[in-house]
Amino acid sequence: MSDATRFSSPYETPAPTGAEGWKELYPYFLVFQDNLRDREEDKFFFCDSQHWPNVFKPFDAMTVEFAVKCLGQYNTRQYLIPPANGIDFKIHNGYCYMSPVGVAPELIADRVPQFMERAGYYFMNWNTLLENWHQKVKANIDEMEAVHFEALPEVIPMDWVTSGKGLDPTFYLIKDYNKMIELCYKAWQYHFEFLNLGYAAYLDFFGFCKQTFPGIPDLSIAKMVQGVDVDLFRPDDELKKLAHLTVELGLGEIILNHNVEAALAELEQSDAGKKWLEAWEAAKYPWFNFTSGNGFYSTDKYWIEYLDIPFGYIQDYARRLLKGENIERPTEAIAAERERITGEYRDSLPGGEAQEAFDGKLGLARVVFPYVENHNFYIEHWSMGVFWRKMRELSDVLKEAGFWKETGDMFYFRREEILQILFDYSNAWAVGVPAIGPDYLPNEIARRKKIIDALSTVAPKPAFNQPPDVVTEPFTIMLWGITTESVQGWLGGSSTDGKLTGMAASPGLVEGIARVVRSVDELASLQEGEILVTPVTAPSWAPVFGKIKGTVTDIGGMMSHAAIVCREYGLPAVTGTGSASTTIQTGMRIRVNGSTGEVEIL
Amino acid sequence: MKYSLSFLECKEDDFFLLGGKGASLARMSVAGLPVPPGFCVTTQAYVDFLEAASLREQIQDWLKNIDFDNINQLDAVAAEIRAAIVNASIPTAIEQGILAAYQELCTLAQIPDALPVAVRSSATAEDLPDASFAGQQDTYLWTVGPEAVLDKVKRCWASLFTSRAIVYRRDHNISEAEVLMCVVVQKMVNARAAGVAMTLNPLNGDRSKIVVDSAWGLGEAVVSGEITPDHFMVDKVILTPVTTRIQHKPYELIPDPANRRVVRQEINDERADAPSLNAEELEAVCKMAKNIEKLYGCPQDVEWAVDADLPNGQNLMLLQSRPETVWSQKKEAPTAAKTFQFGMEGLVNTLLNPIASKKQ
Repeated sequence: MSDATRFSSPYETPAPTGAEGWKELYPYFLVFQDNLRDREEDKFFFCDSQHWPNVFKPFDAMTVEFAVKCLGQYNTRQYLIPPANGIDFKIHNGYCYMSPVGVAPELIADRVPQFMERAGYYFMNWNTLLENWHQKVKANIDEMEAVHFEALPEVIPMDWVTSGKGLDPTFYLIKDYNKMIELCYKAWQYHFEFLNLGYAAYLDFFGFCKQTFPGIPDLSIAKMVQGVDVDLFRPDDELKKLAHLTVELGLGEIILNHNVEAALAELEQSDAGKKWLEAWEAAKYPWFNFTSGNGFYSTDKYWIEYLDIPFGYIQDYARRLLKGENIERPTEAIAAERERITGEYRDSLPGGEAQEAFDGKLGLARVVFPYVENHNFYIEHWSMGVFWRKMRELSDVLKEAGFWKETGDMFYFRREEILQILFDYSNAWAVGVPAIGPDYLPNEIARRKKIIDALSTVAPKPAFNQPPDVVTEPFTIMLWGITTESVQGWLGGSSTDGKLTGMAASPGLVEGIARVVRSVDELASLQEGEILVTPVTAPSWAPVFGKIKGTVTDIGGMMSHAAIVCREYGLPAVTGTGSASTTIQTGMRIRVNGSTGEVEIL
Repeated sequence: MKYSLSFLECKEDDFFLLGGKGASLARMSVAGLPVPPGFCVTTQAYVDFLEAASLREQIQDWLKNIDFDNINQLDAVAAEIRAAIVNASIPTAIEQGILAAYQELCTLAQIPDALPVAVRSSATAEDLPDASFAGQQDTYLWTVGPEAVLDKVKRCWASLFTSRAIVYRRDHNISEAEVLMCVVVQKMVNARAAGVAMTLNPLNGDRSKIVVDSAWGLGEAVVSGEITPDHFMVDKVILTPVTTRIQHKPYELIPDPANRRVVRQEINDERADAPSLNAEELEAVCKMAKNIEKLYGCPQDVEWAVDADLPNGQNLMLLQSRPETVWSQKKEAPTAAKTFQFGMEGLVNTLLNPIASKKQ
């Protein structure tokens, strides 16, 4: 960076060696096109490594396409949020960059009455519409569950002949693939139906507090609004229940000393064991449709398919119970604290109209906010869990047919390329010749793998181009924790004096040994009493929050997953430090002040 | 009956033994407000002392014979009574009680036998309405050592018999037998840092904030505006600092006990630029201010000090608290005086006036 007011241009940020040709892996409209340089360099882009921390395989890029496009449709076309359209997004060197799109000042006023009518309708009918949302999402999941991908049969079944169907199984194979993509798209449409409004109501209360209590910490506002009992914590609660049952039924010997397969087999042998298995089966649906990732990657592991993950957590919990430790979240203390804080701020108001406004805005925020916390389970975890499982089922069919060697290989192709591959498979089956794919695709997969690996060796740039003087876009601040100060911080480079600052996301002061965790797979290395330092956390990391002392993340705002989970567990957290996971090393002693947002290397 | 009682061990039933000032300090200590530590030499000690020295009857006789029209005679009798008190010896039990309590204070401050204390009189009649002759008795600041403490206790007892006090009681029909003397012995605050705390933001009347001004040494420098103090604004509800402005504080005011005055002392640059309160101390000041506000039910303006002699956690001292007057008298604080937009209008307004531009 030559000067400290501007980030480099994506056009001057080439891909690492070995990644030549990377642009062809992604849709043409998602990469920076050379002939649009002037237009693109006028926009400020920041990297969204909170949701997409890793380089995309081509198929996985669909998640950013669907998510961010659907976010846009509600802002721009359904509710007409007066000052905000959607978020423009690009993929550069395999990472995802965002640029919020404002509304021209002269057009804002015209949008106000439409926004009031449209969004007003949703706020007025929130609970009915939300009930309907749950039904729609559930039906969508059921439709996905009903799809099965199987190898093409040797011949068309006899009853298809006698019933005069006049179609073959390839027709349904292609149709089902398209249907799965469609259902996934639908899930992302639903995802944003309430989300932006939820944030808008939250922001309204937020703005009121900032105006009425100048300088109020963001954390206080979050604590007043945040829900106490949240569906997102149900999966973890289910594991705790199973841990309790382990102890109650005296099954510690079996459960603690076997791996999941052996333990499940062993449990079949006794009545107590059968009772436990019954509870285990009951917990699975839907709560094990839960990923230790974030739902945006084909590589995300879901509990339901990797039973060793929830089983391992149950073992941890049971061990702690047997040591006499308490594994419950301090929900009552958190609820009491929420009421204390709310009461004290309310009492600070002079009364009358101010308290009425406080009550009204907080009331609305509390009605809408549970959605903000809970949608994540229904879409990212449950819906996407089913989607990825079905996609892997399809990949396995093609793997059996010799198209590739690994289940994950299918995801090196874009979603429209899969259609071509399916047609190759169908065509060869119909014609009675070998498919071309098995001889053509392995080289292509290897080539693409090399590109992705090369891209993955370099961390993303935090941002591109000229930042605005002041970051004002409310969603950017709320979701990504991107503020004028944090952008300035990135421009100034990383910290040198052993001190990092970020958002004071969950209060408390703690000192301890840092454990840097860069991916889910490293989670198991966390030792009791360590401080988790990570680029970004997912809500499903909840079970490890019981054994750590605090959290520091590179990315994330007041309402990021790490912040929500830490507040729920009463752990200090500092989010959005920008560079904690690269500055801090495992084994360092650090002090985390979740009340001031400071992290110190001791 | 005990002859000396530390503020913290006083019970409601003991208050009648402590005089006005003593009872007030004990009451604040017991309520958790950290007034400088100390003890009361109870009125019982005074009564038993007079009894043992056979002065009780004699003083009454002397008083009866005063000719209030003859000022010289009045002064002479008063002086004779005071001399008799100061020259009498204190019974062993009373003396030991006082010395043990003083030793305890010395031990707390880790200054054996030499802790500077303030010895003040605290007469029982101070509580009587309109009988505010509180200022008419003596206060001995910077008293050091057991001998001096015993001497000043006797002088406080004697101070009940200044000419002015005697005349005052006669003019107000206060019976001589009713008035008893308690003596308060309290650690002199040795301020490492001191300042003020207000339980609202004086700039806008926002009552969810506490503002703290703090500097090195005695608080006079802050109160008088002689130096620019460190400034902290803290969220009152969750007690996290919202603004911190550390100033260059080139000198401090410190006590000169030998000469009973305050002197100005230069501060080296490193300390001059350092925060005069650390995070824990700031939080303690704010918690204390919040408690006082709760106790009195209205915003407070609190003077406090951090005592250099006392252990961490017990070194924050409340010097004085009075109700805040400026904003408390206004019905509506200006931050709240705006009209609020409700419902969808409010929401649109929030979206159109981004919060980031309101951030400080």
